[in-house]
Amino acid sequence: MDLLYKILIDPFVQMGAAPDLLVQTLWEGLVGGVLYALIALGFVLIFKASGVFNFAQGIMVVFAALTLVGLYQTLRRWGVAPDVVAAYLALVLAAAVMLALAFAVERLMLRPLVNQPDIILFMATFGLTYFLIGLGELVFGGEPKVMITDALHLPSGGINLKILGGLVSLQKIDIAAAVIASVMVATLAVFFQKTRIGRALRAVADSHKAALSVGISLEQIWVIVWFAAGIVALATGIMWGARSGVSFALEIVALKALPVLILGGFTSIPGAIVGGLIIGIGEKLGEFYWGPLLGSGIESWLAYFIALLFLLFRPQGLFGERIIERI
Amino acid sequence: MRSPTGHEIAAGDVLLSIEDVSLTFGGVKAVAGVSFDIRKGEIRAIIGPNGAGKTSMLNVINGFYQPQHGRIAFKGKARARMRPYDAARGGIARTFQNVALFRGMTALDNIMAGRTLKMHRGFFWQLVRFGPALTEEVEHRHRVEEIIDFLKIQAIRKVPVGKLPYGLQKRVELGRALAMEPDLLLLDEPMAGMNLEEKEDMSRFILDVNDHYGTTIALIEHDIGVVMDLSDRVLVLDHGIKIADGTPAEVQADQAVIDAYLGVAH
Repeated sequence: MDLLYKILIDPFVQMGAAPDLLVQTLWEGLVGGVLYALIALGFVLIFKASGVFNFAQGIMVVFAALTLVGLYQTLRRWGVAPDVVAAYLALVLAAAVMLALAFAVERLMLRPLVNQPDIILFMATFGLTYFLIGLGELVFGGEPKVMITDALHLPSGGINLKILGGLVSLQKIDIAAAVIASVMVATLAVFFQKTRIGRALRAVADSHKAALSVGISLEQIWVIVWFAAGIVALATGIMWGARSGVSFALEIVALKALPVLILGGFTSIPGAIVGGLIIGIGEKLGEFYWGPLLGSGIESWLAYFIALLFLLFRPQGLFGERIIERI
Repeated sequence: MRSPTGHEIAAGDVLLSIEDVSLTFGGVKAVAGVSFDIRKGEIRAIIGPNGAGKTSMLNVINGFYQPQHGRIAFKGKARARMRPYDAARGGIARTFQNVALFRGMTALDNIMAGRTLKMHRGFFWQLVRFGPALTEEVEHRHRVEEIIDFLKIQAIRKVPVGKLPYGLQKRVELGRALAMEPDLLLLDEPMAGMNLEEKEDMSRFILDVNDHYGTTIALIEHDIGVVMDLSDRVLVLDHGIKIADGTPAEVQADQAVIDAYLGVAH
């Protein structure tokens, strides 16, 4: 009885007692959720347009961030000044590297494997993961790096809000991350739903031969989605990097996108966002209010537990396309 | 909107010519030394028993298969290697034997997808979907609505095609091909699995497309009655070999054709 009280009632009493703490927790969860959502977005883009589950999305985030920081340091060493010029030049170059990666993936990985079963393509993305880890370490070194937040002139510092009889502090970089993520998501959603190229992307996902018959070029579409996923990875890399540094450990975080995808559905951009937020907020609330009951470390498995619950009731995810089958 | 070369060919002239084309898969000969032509403005039927190589022939024409041997000339231009993308760009549209639609997309989006090659605004405008890209989108939407009216599928334009009954799916697929404003339309068994009423509707659409737009049509069909009513000329294949070619009446009277369909006593 006592235990039930502690699990079912007590946490809510605490939430009511200190609303400012609750808001702070929700905000932290929200920010984490936005970043999960960004990673998941990269997965969804590629899955929607090519039906490939891109295991390498996580490492693409690390690789993009490493490239940005590495290029910046190189440019500085060559005497490019002031730092803001070097930083944005590095940003453009890093985007170009992601474009080159998209072309390389299409030419060297997807094209030779066209018409192979999905599992083969999935395995190929494993290969890509380890290739990118190796390449990243070879070129930029394996030691953790600091994101060039200042040089990019991203906002820093915090805002303290006096609300609900307490103090809630918001990091400006987190607000920036939320804004950038929202803009990106809105653009991509409209792009996918309402434009020629967006339609072509969805068409390729549905049927290769029908897409070919109306003159959609698979090669071009693949380059576009991998590039878009690369840009999303770059943005994610900057935001994550600003919070926790740039290192290969980020890849573990990227795996959190998996429960997000299960929750949101593999094919839905809004799903990736809502799923990300639910996981992010659920995780923080769980850690803060229920964590002490179960001992620490709840954060590492709670996301998967939430996803599992969802799977029981909605196997296609919150927004996933219902599987339509006429029999 | 059609490519200029499409107009330069007068009705009745050869639009597509196939010369001595052979296609093999490993040891299996799907098509063996077949020659025929399709003239502008006609409805050309390709018939034959199962496994005669009819669909393989269509796949060769629209570039899905590369024949090992033979020459193909479309609009008077011989081609060495053609990919489906080039075929579509050149003005060849098609439908499939087992409907190949974009199942998750609405009927409207499916048909809009047929306009892909007609729309040219760049990636950037597409991304913001503003200005020129929006104007273009609206303009093409008008054309697509005309096609939707023509095929009488107004009521289902917002329905995901996976939910539609088979007959309507076939109609949407025809709409998508028409949206490409093709010079040559390939129909692979447009009436397979339809009831009598649906077959009559589809026959009327095919005749109307041919009449109104002057589109040249090549179709594969099993219903001999339909073939005889619709087509100007009929090509008969059996085991990958051409066994007859001529008007419906000529083909019907041909002994080789009768043998292929009814079997022959050895």
